Amino acid sequence: MTGIVALYIFMLAAFTGYEVISRVPVILHTPLMSGSNFVHGIVLVGAMVALGAATNTLERVIGFIGVVLAAGNAVGGYVVTERMLEMFKASGSRANRAGGH
Amino acid sequence: MGALNADLLIQACYLVTAALFILGLKRMSSPVTARSGILWAGAGMLVATLVTFLYPGIDPTNYWLILAAIAVGGVLAWWSGKRVAMTDMPQMIALYNGMGGGAAAAIAAVEIYKIALPAVPAVAEATTTAPTAVVHHGIATTTLAVVGGIIGAVSFSGSLIAFGKLQGLITKSIRFPGQQVLNILILVGALVLGGFVALQFNASPGIVTAFFVLALILGITMTLPIGGADMPVVISLYNALTGLAVGFEGFVLNNAAMIIAGTVVGSAGTLLTQLMAKAMNRSLGNVLFSGFGDTGGGTTTAVTGTMKSIDAADVGVMMAFAQKVIVVPGYGMAVAQAQHKIWELCQLLIDRGVTVRFAIHPVAGRMPGHMNVLLAEAGVPYDLIADLDEINAEFDTADVALIIGANDVVNPVARTDKSSPIYGMPILNADKAKNVIVIKRGKGAGFSGIENGLFYLDNTRMLYGDAQKAASELIQAVKAAG
Repeated sequence: MTGIVALYIFMLAAFTGYEVISRVPVILHTPLMSGSNFVHGIVLVGAMVALGAATNTLERVIGFIGVVLAAGNAVGGYVVTERMLEMFKASGSRANRAGGH
Repeated sequence: MGALNADLLIQACYLVTAALFILGLKRMSSPVTARSGILWAGAGMLVATLVTFLYPGIDPTNYWLILAAIAVGGVLAWWSGKRVAMTDMPQMIALYNGMGGGAAAAIAAVEIYKIALPAVPAVAEATTTAPTAVVHHGIATTTLAVVGGIIGAVSFSGSLIAFGKLQGLITKSIRFPGQQVLNILILVGALVLGGFVALQFNASPGIVTAFFVLALILGITMTLPIGGADMPVVISLYNALTGLAVGFEGFVLNNAAMIIAGTVVGSAGTLLTQLMAKAMNRSLGNVLFSGFGDTGGGTTTAVTGTMKSIDAADVGVMMAFAQKVIVVPGYGMAVAQAQHKIWELCQLLIDRGVTVRFAIHPVAGRMPGHMNVLLAEAGVPYDLIADLDEINAEFDTADVALIIGANDVVNPVARTDKSSPIYGMPILNADKAKNVIVIKRGKGAGFSGIENGLFYLDNTRMLYGDAQKAASELIQAVKAAG
């Protein structure tokens, strides 16, 4: 990947992030923050590569810590987001109960 | 499978992952599809993680280390995420976010130490390494590694402080004169050391270590003086920063999935942070660089009058025969876990023909949408829930505004008192309702430490007690009202 192509990816991804969130109702702000917190858990693959390519003890120690933290970000982020959104399913199916306003 | 085929498979899977992440976030932005959104994103994460084991640059002797690390981090996070109460979600998000920032900093550290400590057998190993794993440490790449490293490290230590504050482990906002100057000095110091590393003037291990230590200290000193009321904005900011750090380290590792996912989160998080700061009528710089609440507005005009208390039976009758009740929940409801009882109370009122609405301030609780999550947990349909712009015109027509553990977000001082630190913050106009009932544990000031003029108004009555207990009493009172 050349530098300029990487910059294009960076730019397009930045606009995408902005667009995706710009139409979010307030009620989903916390779950969405949690969801985006999960998405940057992709740092796990980078930490795996860094630890995988480690050749000395220092790199292994730092890499190990990196993978532990990244796995925590990904798994924890998923669990709490899933739990929060679980409730929205419940409220959605009951939305008709109280009638309109 | 040859290294080239493996590489192609990995790139293809990362492409799929990036698409699943973006589609997942998109689905999470609508209540109807939100639940499937996290499943899509989760599938993307699974695909990316599994295919990364095929990475040609991974030394097979490190496989067990990777698996062990994933098991340790994953099991701990799974266990903590499953058992945490809904009310404690904000600090858990801060914690997991900090871990992501730490991981990005760790990647930066590994890559930067490679410059500082060139491995002796590097020539022998290089021949066994496939093209994708060869990282060219040019100035551009090291600069990105350094910038990602400092952002990740700040996000890591800063998020841990935010976690400590919300968890109640750190109760004081530590401030002293010249704090901003100190922060700037630390930042400049870290940048200078980072510059040395990036331009490879002198990348001795000592300098690299000092660089990371300074960055970690910066996260701590930046976050310590920020008051609890501003924590939602701060957590959101660190979320965006972690995304950015992940994106930068993605450039360093030449990993498209990290670049895309990190950047998407970085920009989405920045927008979310701005929306939140705007809701509090404060700029981001103001949140970060000025003390809020604790020291601000020491000259705030004294609020005069007395607070008048009322008991649950009277409130029950008042609500039972009201036309319209607007409920304003705040952090007090979260602390008392009162959302279920409150909804039970509201269902009783709805069955009696009372119009009930929930008014949610954008920064009620400790995060935007915090209240919505709790109300959703209790089963409140989201069409009964209104945000600030929607509901503010309706307070005039409400017979009762029931404030449950909310304080600063209904403080009319924000409209009138220019010397108040919250002056100008949009508030819910609960004071316009015919009767205002405030359920509150004690007579103390709010999280920001500011006296609330609403509590002293003629049409306000205080119902002291724990929100859950008060709600139970109100349920009895409404039932008794016949």
